[in-house]
Amino acid sequence: MSKVFIALQTNDDTRSIIQAIMADNPHAICNEQPAMVKIDAEGSLTVRRSTIEELIGRDFDLQELHINLISLTGHVDETDDELTLSWNN
Amino acid sequence: MDMKVSKKKLGLKEKYQHMTRGLGWETTYQSMDDVFPFVKYEGIKIHDWDKWEDPFRLTMDAYWKYQAEKERKLYAIIDAYAQNNGHLSVTDARYINAVKLFLNGISPLEYMAHRGFAMTGRQFPGVGPRVACLMQSLDEIRHAQTQIHSISNYNKYYNGFHEYRHMLERVWYLSVPRSFFDDAVTAGPFEFMVAIGFSFEYVLTNLLFVPFVSGAAYNGDMGTMTFGFSAQSDEARHMTLGLEVIKFILEQDPDNLPIVQQWIDKWTWRGYRVLTLVGMMMDYMLPKRIMSWKEAWEVYFEENGGALFKDLARYGIRPPKWLDQIEQDKDHISHQAWATFYNYAAACNFHTWIPTDDEMDWLSQKYPNSFDKYYRPRLEHWREEAKKGNRFYNKTLPMLCQTCQIPMIFTEPGDPTQICYREVDYKDNKYHFCSDGCKEIFEHEPEKYIQSWLPVHQIYQGNCFNEGVDPTAEGFDPLAAVLDYYHLNFGRDNLDFEGSEDQKNFDEWRGMATKNV
Repeated sequence: MSKVFIALQTNDDTRSIIQAIMADNPHAICNEQPAMVKIDAEGSLTVRRSTIEELIGRDFDLQELHINLISLTGHVDETDDELTLSWNN
Repeated sequence: MDMKVSKKKLGLKEKYQHMTRGLGWETTYQSMDDVFPFVKYEGIKIHDWDKWEDPFRLTMDAYWKYQAEKERKLYAIIDAYAQNNGHLSVTDARYINAVKLFLNGISPLEYMAHRGFAMTGRQFPGVGPRVACLMQSLDEIRHAQTQIHSISNYNKYYNGFHEYRHMLERVWYLSVPRSFFDDAVTAGPFEFMVAIGFSFEYVLTNLLFVPFVSGAAYNGDMGTMTFGFSAQSDEARHMTLGLEVIKFILEQDPDNLPIVQQWIDKWTWRGYRVLTLVGMMMDYMLPKRIMSWKEAWEVYFEENGGALFKDLARYGIRPPKWLDQIEQDKDHISHQAWATFYNYAAACNFHTWIPTDDEMDWLSQKYPNSFDKYYRPRLEHWREEAKKGNRFYNKTLPMLCQTCQIPMIFTEPGDPTQICYREVDYKDNKYHFCSDGCKEIFEHEPEKYIQSWLPVHQIYQGNCFNEGVDPTAEGFDPLAAVLDYYHLNFGRDNLDFEGSEDQKNFDEWRGMATKNV
């Protein structure tokens, strides 16, 4: 299986987002680098709105991710509730 | 961030559908072919433009909202950085030369990308890709502007930043990035999308922004880190668009495959050559290093690019050509590039230097197969010569590759001691190339590349002197005349870092920042 990744800036907004991603994707590996975090995962990775909302205690629009997003790979499938990255191999 | 999330009237997919469809129409006063004159000549066949889908489903209203938030964050940090003399908190003044290279070599490309996407969006009859091109065009001008704003702070204190627009069209090494983008914007709209949207943004841009910007953070440069990450937050969207472009074109018609494959081969190679500059920045110009060029290449190209091309195999796409050579080159190109800039430090608007012993040890460790054997002895020799007062400045102009415009500095695949030369005879002239890749690209479109503005040729033809300069006058100094034409201040902008005004000022100002004087 190929790996996908998502990279986010390290800041107060992303702390809960990263925590949510790690909780929803037990197979993911979190690499901390200067000023950024790169989360790698075999096959696919899902960012779930409801998990983030539970952690931050307010409504969250998944498109808010754009503000702190650095990079990603894989095919993107975004709905109101989930953003999934995946490769078809 | 504390952004209010309003209850949605429409779901993401419905909203995207409403705001990117049904906005175009079939023209009747003029034929569609006259209104969109460039959309067919490249041979790409599109049957249904509505099949275009932006995976992020971003619409203009959401775009403005999030971009405004990014700008507010960015300018708050830039102000704070400037107000606190942030430039004095970088690791050491050598680092600032990496920022010079960035402003001179990369920021103008952002502006060209803005123009390119604006032109390309205009040429597509489909509304979905037009909206996507519009957003990217706005992103790119934002990048150019925020980079110029952030870096102008350095221009107040350090040399080499002052005339980047003038220099872009003249200085020898800047013809490399400039000609790359000029090549892309003078191609057709589909080739531009594959060149920039896919090959550059998707396959290569991570190598430019992620390790380099993280490196800026590591070296205490909050200004560069901030604009870099702010730009990169748009790149994630551009990359997704780049992948979408390829899928869309390939799914429309099987005849599109060979055309797209040729573009992927060409533009991956062209982009890879330009990134030599980034490899050199990472290995030589960051005093605190984050990862080597080779490591970044392995993560961002081999691993991610590998997954990407495996995925695209279902359309019949194979990995780009010349990967064998690229695989071997990763041990060499950053060292070969730094040696070249060390040689030509008199004709550059930034400084070069010999790495310290610690830095050389780091390079040995990161490049066990190449650094000690081929590159360390040369650096040590130059260091010895410099100590004796013979700092080496090469005054002979190099031969340039007709395609990538880089001097012929790269070595034969499999033999790092032999410079690689290729040549082609075309219409009574001989053209020279640095590699099989650049030669083949030329052979496919010779009429385009024979028009290249090659800085060395132009100097020899007398086109790089200011008006009124007489090259036949007694004691004429061609280098000095060319530097005048570049608007490069001899002794301030150029030469070795050791003994430079930047070095002296930085030490003095940093001293003032930590002591009462």
